[in-house]
Amino acid sequence: MTAATESTPSTHSFLLRDGLQSLIDELSGDGFTVIGPTIDQGAIIFAEIESVDDLPRGWTDQQQPGEYRLERRDDDAYFGYVVGPHSWKRYLFPPLTTVATADRTDNGWDLKTPDEPAPRYAFLGVRACEIAAIKIQDRVFTGGAYVDPIYQKRREAAFIVAVNCTTAAPTCFCTSMNTGPRCKSGFDIALTEIADGFIVEASSDAGEELLGRLPVTPAADDQLDHGERARQQAVDQIQRTLNTDGIRDLLLDNLEHPQWEDVAKRCLSCTNCTMVCPTCFCSTVSEVSDLTGDHVERQRQWDSCFNIDFSYMNGGIVRSNVRSRFRQWLTHKLASWQDQFESSGCVGCGRCITWCPVGIDLTAEVATIRNVPNRALAATSEQEGTP
Amino acid sequence: MSTRARHEQTQSSTRPKLAVVKFASCDGCQLSLLDCEDDLLAVAGVVDIAYFLEATSRIVPGPYDVALVEGSITTAHDAQRIQDIRQQSKFLITIGACATAGGIQSLKNWADHEEFMRVVYAHPEFISTLATSTPIADHVEVDFELRGCPINRHQLVEVIAALVAGRKPRTRTHSVCLDCKRRGTVCVEVAQGIPCLGPITQTGCGAICPAYDRGCYGCFGPAAQPNCNSLTDHYESTGSTREQLVPLLRNFNAAAPEFQAASDRLEVNSGTEAQS
Repeated sequence: MTAATESTPSTHSFLLRDGLQSLIDELSGDGFTVIGPTIDQGAIIFAEIESVDDLPRGWTDQQQPGEYRLERRDDDAYFGYVVGPHSWKRYLFPPLTTVATADRTDNGWDLKTPDEPAPRYAFLGVRACEIAAIKIQDRVFTGGAYVDPIYQKRREAAFIVAVNCTTAAPTCFCTSMNTGPRCKSGFDIALTEIADGFIVEASSDAGEELLGRLPVTPAADDQLDHGERARQQAVDQIQRTLNTDGIRDLLLDNLEHPQWEDVAKRCLSCTNCTMVCPTCFCSTVSEVSDLTGDHVERQRQWDSCFNIDFSYMNGGIVRSNVRSRFRQWLTHKLASWQDQFESSGCVGCGRCITWCPVGIDLTAEVATIRNVPNRALAATSEQEGTP
Repeated sequence: MSTRARHEQTQSSTRPKLAVVKFASCDGCQLSLLDCEDDLLAVAGVVDIAYFLEATSRIVPGPYDVALVEGSITTAHDAQRIQDIRQQSKFLITIGACATAGGIQSLKNWADHEEFMRVVYAHPEFISTLATSTPIADHVEVDFELRGCPINRHQLVEVIAALVAGRKPRTRTHSVCLDCKRRGTVCVEVAQGIPCLGPITQTGCGAICPAYDRGCYGCFGPAAQPNCNSLTDHYESTGSTREQLVPLLRNFNAAAPEFQAASDRLEVNSGTEAQS
């Protein structure tokens, strides 16, 4: 049925709802810190999970551009939500890391690179779009000549428990980006939640091994049918689309389109879209010293192309207005990312739409440019100074 | 020779002479310096605190290498005094929202201060005050402005460390939102509909209020290139009233130019609508 089942035939098993705790226990017993969805601050976020009671059982999320609300479901589903403000990059690419230290001694500087063992995370509830995002960050951080050791160590140690979506938000457009909603590869174990339990499949040796220790039974045909229908429900609910045909050339050929000025009037340049994006990877590195100057830490922090000083180079700021910064973000995400990393930088999770305080929707912005890709109009407008 | 001994030897004669000076303010920013806790001894080790009435009655006369100036200018006497401070100081650094943007007391800029005095004081004739509260930079040249109500002591230590090292202080100008996301705080505006100034407010506090389910009050003033109109238009479209939004903008940084323009725009628009 899928690439996963091809490599691991007859691995569709069934886990009763009551057996979910055993999955968490086995992972904890293996030394993993289990990170999963939980309710906090009015949202479903990621945090350390010890029990199924920590999961958002019976809750879902209602999402619109610029709006997110928790709502009760009419059932007790553990994974009946879509995606929240957190993404797994928080654990693989931490917001703040010390990458080097320097201490002054009588014989000069003592330079050190921290070499602590990476935390071993088991991610519980990874969606198909999020697996796609992790694969994109794998390419960014480990796929080129310069490998990021912090990301690499955390990534290699991680165990991924995927969960297939059975519902979708109005902000979802994974089907446009070919990233979901079905998890096809890139996980150790994948679950599909149905009324009385979970269809379970494994897609790695570690996943197979763990599956062997869970209280599962072979999945019956009617259970597989239920799983298929549940997954299809997510597909059917996806309304939003992004037409990606020739999108690279479309955007790069319309760098002077008046729509960039239009969106700049709305954009707050607040960085929220880039922070919630599961693929955005920009950071800043600064040397932080104590008052004596004897101890210095080189710290890496999440940063954003929406910050004015992010484009500071020798001599000045390159992208000095919101128009140029929004255009940089969107054209990188959807167009020049392809040149740089051989894929789109967008997985269609919709986070940037939901968590934009003013609800800017990249799919609508692209559609506007596609509908009137009028470079001549843009050039005329700019000459007249009325974008 | 130990590191500490070397520092004491090399720095005792060259420690910058520091003055901490107060104008119209609540003293909270000066307290942030005293609140440096573990860093306070280190601060005292790298600078010579020559004038700091909040901390000590020991007064070393000027000139000073560095003046940390708290408070806004609200009297004719203070308008003259800041000129003296400027003349005596190599570097003049304002600390806090009052010194940098006029403070909460700049609300008088929108009102009749004579009326305020009549209401507040039994004998307003004893009060000698200007009609406005204005930032230090309106009166003298300022070398660096440290934002916040109150300032963040980590940023203050960074400024002092930069001074001692002879480099430019690193205080970023991005929005509070970035800090919320770094620390994992869920957006209170998107998830709870709370009007929050975070998207247009400069970083510095560590994004405290949203972590406690409150909207940002804008204590650190406008972020770089804040799009105040887009944010307030959005809040109006989602149910906030101008009666809520104008006081939100007219807070500790009411007279910061971008916040002032945004609140005035809302008020002017209200007036237009009322007439029509």
